Amino acid sequence: MKKEIISVKNLSKNFDGFKAVNNISFSVKEGEIFAFLGPNGAGKTTTIRMLTTLLKPSFGEIMINGFNPLIKKDAVRHSFGIVFQDPSLDDELTAYENMEFHAILYGMNKKIRKSRINELLKFVELWDRKDEQVKHFSGGMKRRLEIARGLIHHPKILFLDEPTIGLDPQTRNHIWKYVLKLNQKEGMTVFLTTHYIEEAEKVASTVAIIDYGKIVKIGSSEQLKKQTRSKSLEEAFLKSTGHNIREEKASSKDHMRQRHRMWRR
Amino acid sequence: MQVVYIMWLRQLKRYWRSKSRMLGSLGQPLLFLFALGFGFGSVFQKAGQGNYFDFLAPGIIAMSILFNAMFNGIEVIWDRQFGFLKETLVAPVSRLKIMTGRTLGGATVAFIQGIIVLVIAVAFGFKIQPIAIPLALLFMFLIAILFTAIGIAIASKMEDMHAFPLIMNFILMPLFFLSGALFPLDNLPKVMDIIVKINPLSYGIDGVRGALTGVSNIGILTDLIVLLVLIAVSGILGSWLFSKVEA
Repeated sequence: MKKEIISVKNLSKNFDGFKAVNNISFSVKEGEIFAFLGPNGAGKTTTIRMLTTLLKPSFGEIMINGFNPLIKKDAVRHSFGIVFQDPSLDDELTAYENMEFHAILYGMNKKIRKSRINELLKFVELWDRKDEQVKHFSGGMKRRLEIARGLIHHPKILFLDEPTIGLDPQTRNHIWKYVLKLNQKEGMTVFLTTHYIEEAEKVASTVAIIDYGKIVKIGSSEQLKKQTRSKSLEEAFLKSTGHNIREEKASSKDHMRQRHRMWRR
Repeated sequence: MQVVYIMWLRQLKRYWRSKSRMLGSLGQPLLFLFALGFGFGSVFQKAGQGNYFDFLAPGIIAMSILFNAMFNGIEVIWDRQFGFLKETLVAPVSRLKIMTGRTLGGATVAFIQGIIVLVIAVAFGFKIQPIAIPLALLFMFLIAILFTAIGIAIASKMEDMHAFPLIMNFILMPLFFLSGALFPLDNLPKVMDIIVKINPLSYGIDGVRGALTGVSNIGILTDLIVLLVLIAVSGILGSWLFSKVEA
């Protein structure tokens, strides 16, 4: 039996009395692809932020790769790579510089750094654009670069928060091809959240459906379909979470981005 | 060390690549320098205070450093909005190193802007004592460090850029106008005198002016000590606030 690489017990996060994550428990085994599905504002990203040391939990316990993120922060941080839901590249730097910056933050020496960056940039087919500033890149290219960046330090776990949002099917397939290859070749665990339910159905061995901060269903997609007597995972998802459209409060960040986009025109 | 270096280098690259910003932030100081410097020159001379351009130049150098340093500090918010902050915060490095690298980077950029203003002022007739240039540069760098650290401290508590005009109007402008950049510090009304003496920038300007023109009102050693103490305080405060940032 494989060991648990992520384990979460009774995890909760309150924001001013609002329960964004409400007492969830689950575990992910090494080498597994684990999908977190849920409507907007269900608590997916909040969970990922807690798992990746960006946010302190209100209650509960987390273990990542055998370390507690509250105590062994840096050990946890070495264990994972992450592709955030929102872009997190420095637009003013080139693709290569973004990669190099990351590698230095992770304390990699020059030789390994160079060979890994070369290898990964070729892997995501951005090698010939490596000296271009990221602000000239398309959305798909930026995503590919972010995934490559998340992999430089050979993490044991890769967190993907909506990795393929806004991408065309070609790019989406492209990206999944890499991730699956790494998952099979290196046994890298993948923790992903997504809106594309077919995507989760295709790649994930375990699917958890989260709604209003609680896990409502967890299991393989076959199990979930059987439990809800659905033909597809999408149907199972809708049966578990209802048909209401969720309102998500726009954060100041969203307003800001919008304004920034207007300025650029 | 490498982490501090790469954070520093990033700030410099960003600066070097946005030429428009570089030029843009020179506009205001130069306008002040030439409009006020030549405009008030004869009045100042008649009042028996000597050459106003020479008096004003150190103040304007400090102004350009102040504005650039604060902006660079506040750029942390920009990083937060555009996600890059998260990338640094999930990395296995201490917040202190990130903060140090950022502060040094921002301060270097502000320092360079200050040097550009200094060179332009000299080109237009600002008479300086060449021997005191190293001391003046030291003061310029200290001003840069101090206000970058303060900028980062403020930015750590700010969610977005909405509060930015507030900071402009209630912190930056008063700091500049109430610092002795534009007028001599002797014979000020009592209240004004107290305000000026509370303002950290006054000590920076007095230091730069003392070094470059040989006329110091407060005393160079006092200036130096005050600045160093304030840098220590704002550095500690800034790192503490920055360590609490959640992304």
